[in-house]
Amino acid sequence: MSDTLVQEVAGKLFADLVPPKLVNEAEAGKFPDSLWKAVNDAGFPDALAAGAESPGELAGMADAAAILREAGRHAAPLPLAETMIARWLLAGAGLKAPEAPLTIAPAERESALELKRAGKGWRLAGRAAGVPWARHSAGIVVVGQGQVALVAPESADIRSGKNLAGEPRDDLSFDAAVETGPAAPGVDAALVYRLGALSRSVMMAGALDEVLKLTVQYANDRVQFGRPIGKFQAIQQQLSVLAENVAASGVVASAAVEVAAQKGDFPFAVAVAKARVGEAAGKVAEIAHQVHGAIGFTHEHRLHHLTRRLWSWRDEFGVESEWQQELGRVVAARGGDGLWTLLSAW
Amino acid sequence: MTDVFRFDPLTLPAECETLRGEVRRFIAEEKAAGRWRAESDFASSHSPEFSKRLGARGWIGMTWPKTYGGQEKSFLERYVVTEELLAAGAPVGAHWVADRQSGPLILRFGNAAQREQILPRITKGECFFCIGMSEPDSGSDLASIRTKAVPVEGGWELNGRKIWTSNAHKAHFMICLCRTSPPDPNDRHKGLSQLIVDLKSPGISIRPIKNLAGAEHFNEVLFENVFVPADRMIGQPGDGWKQVTSELGYERSGPERFLSTFRLVAEFVRRAGTTPDAREAEAIGRIVAHLATLRRMSLSVAGMLQKGEMVNLEAAVVKDLGTNLEKEIPEIVRLVAKRGRSPNKADLMEEALSYGVLNAPSFTIRGGTREILRGIVARGLGLR
Repeated sequence: MSDTLVQEVAGKLFADLVPPKLVNEAEAGKFPDSLWKAVNDAGFPDALAAGAESPGELAGMADAAAILREAGRHAAPLPLAETMIARWLLAGAGLKAPEAPLTIAPAERESALELKRAGKGWRLAGRAAGVPWARHSAGIVVVGQGQVALVAPESADIRSGKNLAGEPRDDLSFDAAVETGPAAPGVDAALVYRLGALSRSVMMAGALDEVLKLTVQYANDRVQFGRPIGKFQAIQQQLSVLAENVAASGVVASAAVEVAAQKGDFPFAVAVAKARVGEAAGKVAEIAHQVHGAIGFTHEHRLHHLTRRLWSWRDEFGVESEWQQELGRVVAARGGDGLWTLLSAW
Repeated sequence: MTDVFRFDPLTLPAECETLRGEVRRFIAEEKAAGRWRAESDFASSHSPEFSKRLGARGWIGMTWPKTYGGQEKSFLERYVVTEELLAAGAPVGAHWVADRQSGPLILRFGNAAQREQILPRITKGECFFCIGMSEPDSGSDLASIRTKAVPVEGGWELNGRKIWTSNAHKAHFMICLCRTSPPDPNDRHKGLSQLIVDLKSPGISIRPIKNLAGAEHFNEVLFENVFVPADRMIGQPGDGWKQVTSELGYERSGPERFLSTFRLVAEFVRRAGTTPDAREAEAIGRIVAHLATLRRMSLSVAGMLQKGEMVNLEAAVVKDLGTNLEKEIPEIVRLVAKRGRSPNKADLMEEALSYGVLNAPSFTIRGGTREILRGIVARGLGLR
């Protein structure tokens, strides 16, 4: 399927199956089993793994991103990105993936999680904070020491937590023997972290599209002083800034996906995307709420399903400043003369 | 709502990268020969000698037909040449307007005589243009202009006043937007026309206006009974508005809309050194993330222009985001960079910073103000 067709199919599925009520229930702790089943039957969690012709390839990135953008647009409360990445890792290592939600750990750049040799096998020890959806997953995938490990959640000590959007983000500690396979060439913990950051960038791009749509709609519908508030220049100018940031986010997220799929400078692309989209997320959410006024601050209105996700996702897998610093160091190492070479090559 | 904006993804074809190599070698030769110092901005330089050398390479009007001195290259190849020259701070100011918009306008709407007489000279780097749009009482409200051309024997008689006309004092021609019939209250855009005015014609006086940075780029141009031959009308009388708005995609989406303070960024990176502290790294990274995003957006628009698509909305987005970043860069650098040098000593970063701070006000005004651009975006959103 072409990316646009994949996006269309995914968009329709989420539009049909993710009403605000389901998002609220998920945030209250109820895992949406029937949604998961529909998504799994549609093959979405395999999109990244399915595209790879040889282990470790990211050729499935375009399809995976098209699906994740729709998932973000509809605030679909599932570990979809995590399962996609986990299945891709497991396939690359020749391990069989359970047909159930999976997750990846750690979700931090520096973690206290370690894979160690133990006799003929491997043990996983240490802690990982804020692991997405761990309590609902059938397996946690960890990469290190050239190995991809699949850990059963039962062997972890799980302390439940959640992000600002009520999505499960659990603290885990491990000390257990694990099943492993050799990581595909180029696959390491840093790459997994980048994939996490890219997935959040793409999901934010989708959520941002929807925030723009809701906010323009509201500005056209809401009448004050005898006309829709969208007729006031003060509102128009703010909505333009909002829209421009949404446009920039869509472009940069797609560009990073394209670089990933074509084996370009992936570290640069991810850093650029996560830093830029994360910055847009805050700006856009701020304006959207200002335009929506009090109604947007209520739990009843669905704007917060998107804005609370934006506020969460911009922090996950590296807050903007973290990626900006990484980017700044890469640039500085090349010097003032190398700056343009870098910019013009991506 | 379907997607409001369209930014088709674009990968530069291989020939563009070959060309990029050629441009870089040219720039390296120019620099090695000490022919110019890096300038900050497309508007801050004027070097007819450089324009001639560039023309000799075939890099002015390069997308135009060979009949008119062009190279029949793609718009993307032109983009690559332009961005390389701007990033290097090359003195492109003399031919800039002619290459970017006057030439393409003449090619698209001009008559055979205009094309034959003018376009080849532009491509040689010998013929420079300025844009006669703003007037003392008409800035953002362009349709309110009062400069008037009335038909006379063999042509038009032009009277009125243009202002903020960049490089009028150094250009050969102006494309002057004027009224050829009285304003129609029902359609303000009617009755506007574009004339190619030879700036050496009798009755023209040009007065440079010094800007707050002390430079004399823009001018006031006065027309007193200036005769313009009939064949210097672009398109038909009354087509002016349609033609002017068709230039905007070219004028608003290019790399000059986010690279005006690029030299400052490069100097800032140099000053930070290979091991920047966290604050410097963060500032550099943030700027680079914005620049990288803008370049993708701008390239995407270039690709759509190549395909002949309408891109005024997307171009407005690029210009608003890009020019605001251009302004923000000096504000970031002044706070984060290691400073403390005397402003009286030669210091490339401080020099670029001074340029940035002093010229920043113009970035979000020239070529369409921020407020006008946001109004265009709001219209695209269906709000007006």
